[in-house]
Amino acid sequence: MGVYLKGFLIACKGIPATVAVSLIAIVIGAAFGLLLALCSQTKSKILQVLAKVYIDVVRGTPMLVQALIMAYGIPWLLQSWGVGFKWDNFGGMVVPAVIVCGFNSAAYMSEVIRSGIQAIDKGQMEAARSLGMSHGMAMRLVIIPQAIRIILPAFANEFVTLIKETSVLGYVGVVEILRRGQLWNSSSFETFPAYIGVALAYMILTIPLSKIINGYERKMARKESAA
Amino acid sequence: MSMIEIKGLCKSFGDHEVLRGIDQNVEEGEVLCIVGPSGSGKSTMLRCINRLEEPTAGEIYVDGELVNEGNIDSMRTKMGMVFQSFNLFPHKSVLDNLTIGPINVKKADKKESEEKAMKLLERVGLAEKAGEYPRNLSGGQQQRVAIARALAMDPEVMLFDEPTSALDPEMVGEVLDVMKSLAKDGMTMIVVTHEMGFAKEVADKVIFMDGGYIVEQGTPDDVLNHPQMDRTKDFLSKVLI
Repeated sequence: MGVYLKGFLIACKGIPATVAVSLIAIVIGAAFGLLLALCSQTKSKILQVLAKVYIDVVRGTPMLVQALIMAYGIPWLLQSWGVGFKWDNFGGMVVPAVIVCGFNSAAYMSEVIRSGIQAIDKGQMEAARSLGMSHGMAMRLVIIPQAIRIILPAFANEFVTLIKETSVLGYVGVVEILRRGQLWNSSSFETFPAYIGVALAYMILTIPLSKIINGYERKMARKESAA
Repeated sequence: MSMIEIKGLCKSFGDHEVLRGIDQNVEEGEVLCIVGPSGSGKSTMLRCINRLEEPTAGEIYVDGELVNEGNIDSMRTKMGMVFQSFNLFPHKSVLDNLTIGPINVKKADKKESEEKAMKLLERVGLAEKAGEYPRNLSGGQQQRVAIARALAMDPEVMLFDEPTSALDPEMVGEVLDVMKSLAKDGMTMIVVTHEMGFAKEVADKVIFMDGGYIVEQGTPDDVLNHPQMDRTKDFLSKVLI
């Protein structure tokens, strides 16, 4: 049993890296996802197409491939142009990892945010505009605050997904939960305990989060039916 | 100079022509009621005035100033709008619903805005509801708050788009009473309504619309009691039972 505990504790050492990357990425994802959602709803055809292409490309490719392109492909390209670029000079491999997770998540978040905004009755926008608010002010003061309540559960689900997705970052040199387990496995050859430990380390992050989301959704549903 | 001048207003949705050339003036302090069957274009006409619908052709002048895409935000502050479905902001308290416009659009002082909002709530008889959220109010109360919200911007004219159509019958009176008192205080009002009793009692002028045209217009007595056009007579015979 001790070997399983050890596997778990070693995997847990990766939790700070996994959580830090996920947290920064979800913030990038929310901000850029909002921008994408707003672009896809503007009158400008160019912005609409750009947002659509971005979302299709990101959703149509595995995050591991995106991470490899960002972490190794881009430095290779820049070096072939004679630019001496190394991620190590810009904060280490965790930087491309966070960028990829954030901008990957943005593509998914944008759809969530867009549907949240569209769920708001269009009378709300009309009422805000008829008070003399600009479109942007109406979005900021009236539409987005209401949309956030609708979006929140999906947003938290995206965070859970992101935590699990960061497991691919071991391949680009980030020592997160899975990588900790792999490293220990290759030195101890305790393969089963190593990966069970990794699985448990993810579960202590994701399961409580999912429970909180479920609780919030139930609370909202009760509120809805009471109103 | 008229408060509102509508010149050659046309509006189409795709191939569907909803307004086919509307000319109408509204004077300061005047109450204009627009009646007519569903789909006659009366709501669309009202929504074109503050450009919630963009006119296909024609011009709207408010206070002699042409309303266009460039000045619409500032022009809308002169026109209070009340909707059939209230459209209060559900995430804001009643008081915040009244102050959100003045504070953010007019950059008014928060405290002054709140004091003024309380006076307006008193005026519509809902001062004790200031801290409530709209979902806790009845339909009639919500619509009175919506009227107060529009008044908080100090508009020069109030636009009402079937303000009592979504209400339970027993709540229609309280909303109409607020509107009557506004009219009595000299507010310029354009009211799209099915309440013929209200139109008779309060309107200075009534227009009957059908098929995107103004079919008949005049004093309430002319249009509602002694209509000249067959289309008007037909409509009134169906609604005034």
